[in-house]
Amino acid sequence: MDWDWNFVWEIMPTLIQGVKITILATILGSVLAAIVGLGIALARRSENRIVARGVGWFAEFIRGTPLLVQLYFIFYVLPDIGILLPPLVAGVIGLGLHYGTYTAEVYRAGIDNVPRGQWEAAKACNLSGRHTWTHIILPQAIPPMIPALANYFIAMFKETPLLSAITVLELMNQAKSVANTYYRYIEPMTLVGAFFLVISLCSVVLLRWLEHRYGRIER
Amino acid sequence: MPTPIIKVDAISKSFGAFKVLDGLSMQVMPGEKLALIGPSGSGKTTILRILMTLEKIDGGHIQVDGEQLYHMERNGQLLAADERHLARMRQKIGMVFQLFNLFPHKCVMDNVTLAPMLTKGVARAAAEKRAMELLDMVGLADKAKAMPAQLSGGQKQRVAIARALALSPKIMLFDEVTSALDPELVEEVLNVMRKLAAETDMTMLLVTHEMGFAHDFADRVLFFDRGRIVEEGKPDEIFRHPKQERTQSFLKKIIAAGHRV
Repeated sequence: MDWDWNFVWEIMPTLIQGVKITILATILGSVLAAIVGLGIALARRSENRIVARGVGWFAEFIRGTPLLVQLYFIFYVLPDIGILLPPLVAGVIGLGLHYGTYTAEVYRAGIDNVPRGQWEAAKACNLSGRHTWTHIILPQAIPPMIPALANYFIAMFKETPLLSAITVLELMNQAKSVANTYYRYIEPMTLVGAFFLVISLCSVVLLRWLEHRYGRIER
Repeated sequence: MPTPIIKVDAISKSFGAFKVLDGLSMQVMPGEKLALIGPSGSGKTTILRILMTLEKIDGGHIQVDGEQLYHMERNGQLLAADERHLARMRQKIGMVFQLFNLFPHKCVMDNVTLAPMLTKGVARAAAEKRAMELLDMVGLADKAKAMPAQLSGGQKQRVAIARALALSPKIMLFDEVTSALDPELVEEVLNVMRKLAAETDMTMLLVTHEMGFAHDFADRVLFFDRGRIVEEGKPDEIFRHPKQERTQSFLKKIIAAGHRV
């Protein structure tokens, strides 16, 4: 078994196509997870018991089942009831929903960490519930939880190869297809690993910076 | 005979099994300066928090400025107040907290202008002009752009007073506003309150352990114990000639602890 640099350069454009999709899926999935997580966290605090309980059970259900199964459901089962999604859209929804249930816990902790006095001061200032959230609570809750959120987004990035199971042409899928075409696995799979490693390491540097920038709030 | 601006009628409030207010009734006249004193757990802070609608009541009625606070009249019936009614009533009342509770992510100016802009639709320029007047009054005009974390405790509390005043309440509640301060910073906050009392006709209720200040500042002193008002009267009557035994023993303890009366 020997390493063939010519083959590497030959398959590189295809793999870079895959990397682009991987990164795109991660970014869109992260945005969706950030929004879904906030929605779940707020709904679980709702005074409406049915909403709070229902969303709570939904989140437990999503968290308690494998992402791969959820992806299969979204891509292969939903068409049975008339919902036909393109692979990348199905993948982003799967990633966003799944990780949204985790980021919801980050939001919950972040919101709980805002001192009770802030809620009371907002009330004494006669701010409405909506203004209290948008001007007082969330601006204080979110910065300290950015590192924890980013951690989940990096974890999500490393799970994107699961999207190959629903025909998304991300990095892993592209590597598999060139490997299956030429019957050479060592170069494509090594490169997949290398791409993930390099991007993860860059992300860790970014994460450290985020922790430094947002990790604490001065009172 | 003017009518009271606050009428508290048979309010009860429990935290779990602990009855913190036990059928409390009191009245406050417009412009009156009231000091609420008593041991911790006696209910004096709780009644302030109830007036600010930070706690729910278990029973009784409160009238503020001629209107029910926790109830609303609909077709001659008294119903529990909804959020809209509470929001309208809160406009009449401002509160300053023991731990300041400034918004740490906003500069001093924004702390003061936020509520007028959001709740009253005041334009930024007008809100900032008013805020500068208020910051000037509390002696912090030069700190408008500072963040709360850069201020001393005394400065934070003075900003908190300006923030509460920005909404022009008729009634101001002060909840142990100097208790969290280093001793050398207490006086600057008390001075602002003296100034406020001298320059405005606002009704002021303060819960305090500063007996000397309460004596000089208040028109009337209420002594709380176990969720009831045990004794009330002019500062001289309460501090120099307390009639009730519980008041006497409380003041004795306070003096023994080194507080000036």
